[in-house]
Amino acid sequence: MGTKQNKKGKAYTRRDFLKGFGGGAIGAAVVPKILAQESASIETKKGKIPVCSKKQVTLTVNGEKYTLVVEPQETLLDVLRERLNLTGTKKTCNQGECGGCTVLLDDEPVYSCLYLAFRADGKDIRTIEGLAEKENLHPVQQAFIDTDAYQCGFCAPGFIMSTVGYLETQGNSQSNMKLNMEDIKTAISGNICRCGNYDQIYKAVAEAAKKMGRS
Amino acid sequence: MAKKDHWENTQDPHLLYTEAARSEGLTTQDAPSTKEKPEFNIIGRDTLRIDGHKIVTGKAPFLNDIRLRGMLVGKTLRSPHPHAEIVSIDLSKAKSLPGVKAVIGLDREKAQYIGNRVAAVAAVDEQTAEKALKLIEVEYKPLPYVVSVEKSMEEGAPRVHDKKPNVEKIRDEKRGDVELGFKEADVVLERTYKTAIEIHHPAETHGSIAKWEGDRLIVWDSTQAIHNVRDGLARSLGIPAGRVTVIKRYMGAGFGSKLGLNAHTVIAAMLAKQTGRPVKITLTRKENSLCVGNRPTSLQTYKGGVKKDGTLTALSLTNYTTGGVNRGDRCSEPLLDVYRCPNLHVKEYTVYTNMGGSRATRAPGHVQGTFGLEGFLDELANEIGLDPLELREMNYTTKNRGDTGVPYSSKGLDKCYELGAEKIGWHRRNKTPGAGQGSTRRGLGMSSQIWWGAGVPGTLADVKLYPDGSVDVICGTQDIGCGTRTHMAVVAADTLGLQPKDITIKLGNSDYPWAPISGGSLTTPSVAPAVRDASLKAADHLKEMAAKKLKVSGEDISLQDKKLVDKNNPENAISFKELARDLRRETVFHGERKGMPDGFAYNTFGAHFVEVEVETETGQIKVLKVVAAHDSGQIINTKTAESQVIGGVTQGVSTALFEQRTVDDTTGTLVNPNWRDYKIATSMDIPEIIPIFVDVDDPHINILGTKGLGEPPRIPIAAAIGNAVYNAIGVHIRETPMTPDKVLQALRQKEAI
Repeated sequence: MGTKQNKKGKAYTRRDFLKGFGGGAIGAAVVPKILAQESASIETKKGKIPVCSKKQVTLTVNGEKYTLVVEPQETLLDVLRERLNLTGTKKTCNQGECGGCTVLLDDEPVYSCLYLAFRADGKDIRTIEGLAEKENLHPVQQAFIDTDAYQCGFCAPGFIMSTVGYLETQGNSQSNMKLNMEDIKTAISGNICRCGNYDQIYKAVAEAAKKMGRS
Repeated sequence: MAKKDHWENTQDPHLLYTEAARSEGLTTQDAPSTKEKPEFNIIGRDTLRIDGHKIVTGKAPFLNDIRLRGMLVGKTLRSPHPHAEIVSIDLSKAKSLPGVKAVIGLDREKAQYIGNRVAAVAAVDEQTAEKALKLIEVEYKPLPYVVSVEKSMEEGAPRVHDKKPNVEKIRDEKRGDVELGFKEADVVLERTYKTAIEIHHPAETHGSIAKWEGDRLIVWDSTQAIHNVRDGLARSLGIPAGRVTVIKRYMGAGFGSKLGLNAHTVIAAMLAKQTGRPVKITLTRKENSLCVGNRPTSLQTYKGGVKKDGTLTALSLTNYTTGGVNRGDRCSEPLLDVYRCPNLHVKEYTVYTNMGGSRATRAPGHVQGTFGLEGFLDELANEIGLDPLELREMNYTTKNRGDTGVPYSSKGLDKCYELGAEKIGWHRRNKTPGAGQGSTRRGLGMSSQIWWGAGVPGTLADVKLYPDGSVDVICGTQDIGCGTRTHMAVVAADTLGLQPKDITIKLGNSDYPWAPISGGSLTTPSVAPAVRDASLKAADHLKEMAAKKLKVSGEDISLQDKKLVDKNNPENAISFKELARDLRRETVFHGERKGMPDGFAYNTFGAHFVEVEVETETGQIKVLKVVAAHDSGQIINTKTAESQVIGGVTQGVSTALFEQRTVDDTTGTLVNPNWRDYKIATSMDIPEIIPIFVDVDDPHINILGTKGLGEPPRIPIAAAIGNAVYNAIGVHIRETPMTPDKVLQALRQKEAI
């Protein structure tokens, strides 16, 4: 079931995601090597491999264009939080295990803690701050309030972004498909709520789907 | 600078949490009003959280979202050895790294576990701080260590603490004569149950920001206990408590791991003092796994005697529990209290190991003890061919200490049994465990729950009225995710005839009136009655003012729909806002959560009923449905209360089936310090959960008749799952997590018999 969803590229489970990116541990092992080497190459068994040290990227975040110079180890999460001061996206595990940092990248939910800012060049990014239009909340945000779909609230932005990504992209490709419980569970299976409020989150996704004409 | 003995609360679970939850020694004759139950308009119904907008837009400021000018990043160097003498620390290389602003050795002679703090740095950013840690040169002299419970108990095992033995007795309690009780029994049974170490893993890891303003210290902390942190900081830094302010804004939960002062908070304050700049320290997920607490293990051996009719004649328990370098949990409290049994003997021992210390974990001791006790009762019931629910009803009590103590102030456990059994369809259970056919077996199980949860007398809250008609409710409590902000607003609004959104809530600052820790199910029953008391005083004042205006007596006035109305003539009314103008200045009303009358035991109760499906080919357990019936007195907000129950059940499912801290016994290394290898339940693992709140009056406990709900839903769930599995496959899994390998092994053993 998980694979079927993934082929469409619409929903990732936590483990699928890790497989795809090779896990946080490998990334962590490579980064210090690049840092230690001030020059633009690193020494390997097969000789020197050139690396670029900094790069200018252009990101469109919540409709606004930002051009900035990023370092190779900077993740999209760090750029959003530390450079653009968009702190609604949370750093929870910082290694692709919990979905707390989920943002939409060209409408696809991604874990921003594993996504290097380099790769986001030219992409369109939506964060939790970009959902509401002034005081008007996105239907998913409203549904999360109405169903009490969080407790401490730390994971809520990630869950909301996963839900928005799922409902909006599914809406485009399969507008006639009705959501069942398995769909809902799959939509949010890449996110962890440590307070354990999943039963309320299911209700939130279902209610938002209804408002968005998805059931 | 800091006195190292006070660096962090050793977090003895029973001091910080349980003793507070029990409210012992705080009872007074200052009884709450026992007049008839007031009519509520908002209390006891669904109210949406008043801060929902902030959460869903990402604007709620959590610790890591707070930005201060010139703020440095602090990091801690931790011991890679489970036990080592620290011979020398050389900080010079780290100090000379550009961007490093301060490096300090933490003045310890010994590291007692992997992750024990050794030194700390403050630097301009995280990367520089991490680089600096690598430049600190520490010479360790490794010492013999022990990380397994079994080995720690052996003769001649390496000593974990210099001043105490590895095994210490932490409880020895008797009632009647167990040997006599066993003789009276028709059946005597002995069984051993085991529970694994869990890690709290709150979504937001621990973190603190420290900033000095002259001789005053301001600390932003992700904490369940602002007043404790303030007092601890003042003590360890040797400054007056009044010069320390601790602020908690939004926090990503704690589950007991954030109940006291943490070492990293003191370190942040020291680094901030040395550098003259604010310093932030947030722990990584790995640090969270290693050094800020866990739930102790248990190894519980029960021996019990029962007559054929279900009367319990004797019960004994021997328990070994480890909390690493800290004490383990006493697990016998439910056994000592909830069922009638004249003969009882409990012996509990803590076993020290060279692992990170335990901290209170949502219902410390009760979670482990209930898994053992309630599982054992089902095995006893099966031996005499009795319905397990009937066995519990047979030995029901109305007084504590197994019907030998004082009456409970209220006890709705019987109603929980009745409603829960009906909702799950208890009659559908296998009359003989494991009676089903095929490789997919279904079963039903249940478990009782007891906890404290009366709240703490002496909790204070203020209601402040402004001449523009606005209202503040101010209390030095903290909302850790349970909805405390909303509960305070609900109580004040209900009392003052307003809506929750009309109230401004001020909490999470240690300069505000005192409130206890948020833990032990004591926040709502402490804070809500204090808010009610202050609101009633404000309401009385407003009634007197309105009476003069409306030319009636104060008793004839009621507050409703943002008006003060003459009850006998509803046309004769004045709006809240208009009346408030006559206050002329802001007016404060002080409220207090009063004491409770002596002569009662104050407890919460509940019962969980569970349906599971077990695949006998694979050993996979799937929890299908949970009915969670609770007596927590008057519920303040049914919406957030439902979430509380759903969350407790979900965490219980997670630990019953998946969670376990895994340690390499040879090296003392924690092999799963992350969320990938430490499996936590996700959306794919969750059953249908049906919360039920039974309606029980408690005229003694406080002016609202409300009891706590934080721990209760977390307590009985694992036992109920274990019992449902037993009912499905006829073999009891006596160890959590109940992973497929254990199910298959148990099935194989059954076949062998």
